Amino acid sequence: MITWKGDYAYLLWELITKDFRIRYRNMSLGVFWSLLNPLVLMAVYTYIFTKIFVNPIPHFNVYVLSGLITFSFFTTSLVTVTTSLVDNAAIIKRVPIRREIIPIASVLASIIHLVIQFLLLTCFVLAAGLGMTLNWLWLPFVWLLEVVFLIGIGMATSALNVFIRDVRYVVESANVVMFWLVPIIYTFAQVPAEAKDLYQYNPVAALILATHNIVLEGRAPSMVLVSKLAVVSFATLLVGWGIFKRAEKRFYDFL
Amino acid sequence: MNIIAVQGVSKVFRQKKGRRLLRDHVRDIVSRNQPDGFHALRNVSFTVSQGESVALVGANGAGKSTMLALICGLATPDEGTVEVHGPLAALLELSSGFHPDLTGRENVMLNAAFLGLHKRQALEKFASIVEFSEIESFIDQPLRTYSAGMAMRLGFSVAVHCDPALIIIDEVLGVGDSAFQQKCMERIHELRRDGKSLLCVSHSIPLVRELCSRAIWLHEGSVVMDGAVDEVMGPYEEFMLNPHGLRGGLRGAALPKLGARASSTD
Ligand SMILES: Nc1ncnc2c1ncn2[C@@H]1O[C@H](COP(=O)(O)OP(=O)(O)OP(=O)(O)O)[C@@H](O)[C@H]1O
Ligand SMILES: [Mg+2]
Repeated sequence: MITWKGDYAYLLWELITKDFRIRYRNMSLGVFWSLLNPLVLMAVYTYIFTKIFVNPIPHFNVYVLSGLITFSFFTTSLVTVTTSLVDNAAIIKRVPIRREIIPIASVLASIIHLVIQFLLLTCFVLAAGLGMTLNWLWLPFVWLLEVVFLIGIGMATSALNVFIRDVRYVVESANVVMFWLVPIIYTFAQVPAEAKDLYQYNPVAALILATHNIVLEGRAPSMVLVSKLAVVSFATLLVGWGIFKRAEKRFYDFL
Repeated sequence: MNIIAVQGVSKVFRQKKGRRLLRDHVRDIVSRNQPDGFHALRNVSFTVSQGESVALVGANGAGKSTMLALICGLATPDEGTVEVHGPLAALLELSSGFHPDLTGRENVMLNAAFLGLHKRQALEKFASIVEFSEIESFIDQPLRTYSAGMAMRLGFSVAVHCDPALIIIDEVLGVGDSAFQQKCMERIHELRRDGKSLLCVSHSIPLVRELCSRAIWLHEGSVVMDGAVDEVMGPYEEFMLNPHGLRGGLRGAALPKLGARASSTD
């Protein structure tokens, strides 16, 4: 087996910028489009849930936007990472780099996307007069855990997608279900008491809860929540890595 | 010193028809039939020593590209071992890492990273890469506007600038014009003089004769002949002129092996 002696940091950087350039080069308004989608959804949900189904959540637009941004980061990254190995088949079949770098670069590339959307959220937070507190320093930390989770699950789905191309569609359907399993248009308080504990084990839900705590309430997320997020994320990474390592020997044959 | 040692290697592709959908997997499980493997390589052994230049020849589908993939560590053999010592630069389809929406410049930097250059080296060598490819005026255009030959020029330039111990070429010079092909040949000869080894796959007999001193002839996954280029290319050429008269048309060392293989599969 050949060992590739290149510069992984440089390669990773090149792969991330490649993803970003390709995604935005063919759009005339570039990055603007990645802001349009959450803005439109926020407007629609805010109208419906403040005018039609009136509900008591304060700053509903900020509430909904922070949930939407988190959720859409998860879903779009998961779909792109799932197809990442198949999309980069030419590289996998011809360059002896470690294969993990492809899904990892795919997840990291969506972070650029996320940062832009987060700036939008910050504007709305300030406009609502909520202000930023020191507890915002928790944000990079909980988001990092989410990225760990995404890399773990992405390694598993991208590897499986090489062998069974239907995995991509399963992931897309799972994303639709996921929308209702996270507190975007309802609150954690409305979740049935007996399900509350289990509910927090979903890393996407946990991340939205933590983001709500930090952004809307200006307080640190509870230790219980953060540890659940951390445990599930690292466990997923371990399992995903294992699946990937077992599968990668046959990538060449199936791509 | 051996730079490549291939020992009794076999490679079986389990899914000849490319079963990649759920229904194919379900069908296999339900009908309990083990998908019949396809032997792309059978018990292949050879070594390449430092400074040697070897050609892999054979008909389409003979297993040449599969062999190179095993050597590069891209695929894993089902039996046997492949050992490689020292860094290699593989020109397996030059424009493979190229993306049509990126410019020539961005593609060069990305491909340099794939081929193992560090950022500093890539920046240092950039000017000389572009100069070698002779397409300075298009370097900031997206790759989809390039002709096949222009993309190949860029790919070849990147690959020869990354200082490998072993160069692997899989049928890549085909689309270059004759001036550039000449330049590539000179560059390869230059690398050879520096003591680099060469492993090349080509259907062009003159090219093999010019670049290589030794040839390995693969047929349906097995080695038919392995020897000096003149020794192998004679019977190989004869076989290529009349591939269907195989058993009658071949004499000497090639005959018994081909005969044995043909009867084992029938
Ligand atoms: N991923 C794969 N799945 C199934 N079969 C494969 C796969 N890759 C190659 N094969 C089979 O293995 C055999 C050898 O293929 P290979 O690409 O090594 O041929 P080659 O000698 O390079 O031919 P050519 O001269 O056309 O490039 C072919 O019969 C091909 O059908
Ligand atoms: Mg080939």
